[in-house]
Amino acid sequence: MLEVSGISRSFGGLKALDGISLSVAQGSITGLIGPNGAGKTTMFGVISGFIAPDAGSVVYQATDITTEPAHLRARRGIARTFQIVQPFAGLSVGENIAVGAYLRHASPSEAKARAEAVAARVGLGAMFDRSASALTVAGRKRLELARALATEPDLLLLDEVLAGLNPSEIRDILPVIQDIRASGVTILMIEHVMQAVMALCDDIFVMAQGRMIAEGKPDAVCRDPMVIEAYLGHGAAARMQEAGNA
Amino acid sequence: MKRRELLFIFALLAALVLVPLLASNLLINFLVTALIVALAAQGWNILGGLGGQISFGHAAFFGTGAYVTELLQLRFGVNAWLAALVGIGVAAALGWTIGAAVFRARLRGSYFALVTLAFAEVLRILANALEFTGGATGLLLKLQPGAAQFQFESRAVFAWIAIAVVGVVLLLTRHIANSRFGAQLVAVRENEDAARALGVDIIATKLRAITLSAAITASAGVLYVQYFLYLDAQIGYGTWISIEALLAAIIGGVGTVAGPVIGALALHALGELTKGFAGSITGIDLVIFGLLLVAAVAFAPAGIVGAWKRYVGGRRNA
Amino acid sequence: MNYPPAIIAEAMVNGLLTGSVYALVALGLTLVYGVLHIINFAHGALLTCAMFAVWALVTFTGISPYAAILPLALAFFAGGYVLQRYLIGPASHGDDSNILLVTLGLSIAIENALLAAFHADTRNLEGDFGFQVIELGPMLISRPKLIGFAAAVAVAGLLWLLLARTDTGRAIRAVAKEKLGARLMGIEVGHIYGVTFGIGCACLAVAACLLMPSFYVNPRVGNAFVLVAFTIVVLGGMGSVAGALLGGLFIGMVESLGGLLLGDSLGQLGIFVIFILVLLFRPTGLFGARA
Repeated sequence: MLEVSGISRSFGGLKALDGISLSVAQGSITGLIGPNGAGKTTMFGVISGFIAPDAGSVVYQATDITTEPAHLRARRGIARTFQIVQPFAGLSVGENIAVGAYLRHASPSEAKARAEAVAARVGLGAMFDRSASALTVAGRKRLELARALATEPDLLLLDEVLAGLNPSEIRDILPVIQDIRASGVTILMIEHVMQAVMALCDDIFVMAQGRMIAEGKPDAVCRDPMVIEAYLGHGAAARMQEAGNA
Repeated sequence: MKRRELLFIFALLAALVLVPLLASNLLINFLVTALIVALAAQGWNILGGLGGQISFGHAAFFGTGAYVTELLQLRFGVNAWLAALVGIGVAAALGWTIGAAVFRARLRGSYFALVTLAFAEVLRILANALEFTGGATGLLLKLQPGAAQFQFESRAVFAWIAIAVVGVVLLLTRHIANSRFGAQLVAVRENEDAARALGVDIIATKLRAITLSAAITASAGVLYVQYFLYLDAQIGYGTWISIEALLAAIIGGVGTVAGPVIGALALHALGELTKGFAGSITGIDLVIFGLLLVAAVAFAPAGIVGAWKRYVGGRRNA
Repeated sequence: MNYPPAIIAEAMVNGLLTGSVYALVALGLTLVYGVLHIINFAHGALLTCAMFAVWALVTFTGISPYAAILPLALAFFAGGYVLQRYLIGPASHGDDSNILLVTLGLSIAIENALLAAFHADTRNLEGDFGFQVIELGPMLISRPKLIGFAAAVAVAGLLWLLLARTDTGRAIRAVAKEKLGARLMGIEVGHIYGVTFGIGCACLAVAACLLMPSFYVNPRVGNAFVLVAFTIVVLGGMGSVAGALLGGLFIGMVESLGGLLLGDSLGQLGIFVIFILVLLFRPTGLFGARA
């Protein structure tokens, strides 16, 4: 569904992305993980059209969209959430979601009905008429998700929607994500909460320092020495090996 | 809530319609001037209130509407109504052009405010210098009362026309606020990145807003010139109308439907009152307006309308 | 449209001299922008205020406008500090467009208060300032303008020294670069904002003292300066001291030559056109320097 190949992007002298390729299969939940500063969010920016790459291509459903502006990609069916939540702070929860719904529905009553349905689906139904700025962190994450969902995407990019949530909040939102996939939406997610990644993802890509260092099924990736080193530092894989043998 | 707002709009218009029946010429003069500023402020509010792009240069559109309308009649003998339509159209095109240049260059916030002011100043200097626009002496439109000339013997008739235009724009603003375009415009105001991610074309949305905004403010310029029959660069393109449009919208309630109209009426009433108190000291009314702007930003970000809603809401909850 | 070289040269020199005072006005604006990241729209009205202060002081006490520099600069520093710390800062809730509106409201209030107090008349300083000229080859140069030039360059130098060499200057630069970091280092940001705004106002007081001998004042005179100052600031790169100085001199020349070639009213046009073009095509300024 999504084929990204050879993406590079530098900021000043810093190479944030260095020849990154990844692919997302239709109907899957694909994870993009890696330590802080690996370039995951920059990658999302490139896929969603917020950051232009220096090299490489983004192909979505057999169409090259590398140079297409962000709002046109949204119309194609690519929706994203932001790691640092970006609510329309002056608007109500319902109005926030309706902006997403207006992408496919011109009529205000349809957009509102659609927004209500999405709000109920992510568990914001009770907050519909409240101001978005009154939401808790968990509420804001749900709002990000709801707005993106309201655009009726085919591909949903989730940037750390679980970060900052407590374990019970995470338990509540996991079924929501599974339900979204079940409804036919393909998901690419950046996530640090490994328990969630393991439970949800079909395939995982691992980035570190702007490069792709591993890819595969969750359990295989977890045992990959490169991945362990990237997360825990040089020599960690060997130490774990020893500990395992001891 | 929504229905109540509509009811309020009609009540306001009905009250205004009655004024010319009972009032003296002086009061009608006051009403027409206030309505012209209200209309200019309604235009400002589409871009500045709903769209969050604060303009310091709406005189550019007011003056263009006024100048084109008057020049077409004076220099080319065009019928007044047709001239008015063309004037509004030219101002809308100017709005689009300025918007296309400024929004593509990604000028926002303070930069947007200053660059709009500079555009208005360029036009003012040109209108003041060129012979075609009457130079510093200005342009006088021939007095020829008659509906076909868009001039009326009775001031009351003119006041009713102004009320009708303000009323139409009130309903239009309400319609926009409840539409997809309005929602997207407000989304752009609140957060451009989030709006883009939801498929909103930022530049196209802002362009629509500035074009419509320019057309509405230009219609205020048209009314001005057809009522007072005189125009010079200071009236058409001077900062006074940019400032009054902004003040009325912000003090009345920025981004609200009725705010600009309420703000314009309130400010002009206050202006007359202070003139009554302070006599012939010029400037006192504007000192108060300036301080009111500071106070509105500090204490009442949604202006009179916002404060009223809070008061009513508070009473209902109590 | 053929002018002898001497007239062109004189116009250029006069432009440079006027430009130096523009630069001083712009210095205050660019400093405030560089540190507070706000556009102070009341800058022009505050300049008018300072010019009236010079006029009143000189007319009623008989002191020389140059002797008024120090007391007025101190008074305006204090006034600016109070204005920013206790009015503009709290009223704007830290939002950029609010600051713009608050300073716009202040400028309307100040300008019209001056109008109410002094009426719309234009006033000059009594004395023979206008006739003091110095012959420079074939050119006649106004002495007050020459003094203004020297003083403006001196003030720019002092300001640079203040920013580069003193603790206050270092604190100001720290706040400009990294507000949060500066706060964590124990710098009181609100105080530094006030100080910066105060310095901006003091620049205006000095500019007013230098302007008055060769210029006039009326309640709207600041308007003429405010967009010119913004143009200079944009041209020189927002927040750049050196940029403001160069931009000021450049704009002074443009205005003077434009006035000579196109007439006074159209001459102003050049400034606004430059302003718009720079914002549209080179928003980081021609000199691109950063404070």
